[in-house]
Amino acid sequence: MIIYGVAILAACYLTGILFGEFLGWLLGIPSNVGGVGFAMMLLIIIQSLPSTKKWFQPEVYKGIDFWNKMYIPVVIAMSAVQNAYAAFSSGFIAILAGIVPVLICFAIIPLLTSKNHQNV
Amino acid sequence: MFNLNEVFIKNGLIVAFVGVGLILWFSDILSGTLFKKRIPMVAIAILIALVIAYMTGYYTRGKNGIADLAVFSGFTLLGGSMLRDFTIVATAMNADWTEIKKAGRSGFLALFTGILIAFFTGAFIAFMFGYKDAVSITTIGAGACTFIVGPVTGSALGASSEVITISIATGVVKAIVVTILTPMLAGKIKLNNPATALVYGGLMGTTSGVAAGLAATNPLLVPYGALSATFATGLGCLLCPSIFYLILNSFF
Repeated sequence: MIIYGVAILAACYLTGILFGEFLGWLLGIPSNVGGVGFAMMLLIIIQSLPSTKKWFQPEVYKGIDFWNKMYIPVVIAMSAVQNAYAAFSSGFIAILAGIVPVLICFAIIPLLTSKNHQNV
Repeated sequence: MFNLNEVFIKNGLIVAFVGVGLILWFSDILSGTLFKKRIPMVAIAILIALVIAYMTGYYTRGKNGIADLAVFSGFTLLGGSMLRDFTIVATAMNADWTEIKKAGRSGFLALFTGILIAFFTGAFIAFMFGYKDAVSITTIGAGACTFIVGPVTGSALGASSEVITISIATGVVKAIVVTILTPMLAGKIKLNNPATALVYGGLMGTTSGVAAGLAATNPLLVPYGALSATFATGLGCLLCPSIFYLILNSFF
């Protein structure tokens, strides 16, 4: 059933977010520390563990795949509700401090990835 | 007479489905005809959405882009953090564990490098623009990490609301720049494999920018970039108001 897929996804999401909140509380910072990342890792792990792999029947998969494919529409909706006007009008400082680090990071990606290939 | 506005407001989420569908349909046509498929349809759709947000922001002076028009308020639900994070988690179904393990160490390194570069460049620019107190400089530097790290750091340190606004704007500019530049530079930096996507996500740090940029480049890479980027916000919230602030505080 499709709802099983949605429910498994939702359970992973909640577990990850709760763990992220807990970690934030433990470290004393008012933020969710990597909750989405933990949720993703949880989903990846239960998909590959022999004992839980069998849950992922084709119908169940459809329940997750729908949300996977809704990702792009959600990103577009998210872009439409950004404070884009303030971002581009609250001064040169925001524009400069937003752009310069990105350019530096793009420039050093090849350095970090070539190192990775040497390691492997 | 029935009230069209009321129907739209009551069914906000459904209105957003139609709205996003129309934006994507229009982008598909533009991508195929005007740009001959050279610019991905998703990149065009995101740009259109940002232009709409800019224009509505200009007219309404509000903070929520198109959602400040009541009939389109459902966009905040569809594009809010709950559904964004939920769908990002769903993209993990395409992720391959062995690929993640392969890039594990350089992904981790990228996470710290990205935050260090963003924070200290942002802090340096704030200093050049005349900010001389450690709290303001730290907050703007934190905003250069992501638009969440900025206000979290600012309120933790007691920064002025003007500085917090600049830090949010910095983070939003960063997300937009990452979104636009990623599909343009993807070829140059060989952003076509999971290992590079993990490094890229950790370096850029801004989950929304990384996820949108990768969606416009190659949707199959989204889970890898989003996975490492999602840890950047947490790490930034951890380092900026503590260690980084103490470092800057010893200078000013």
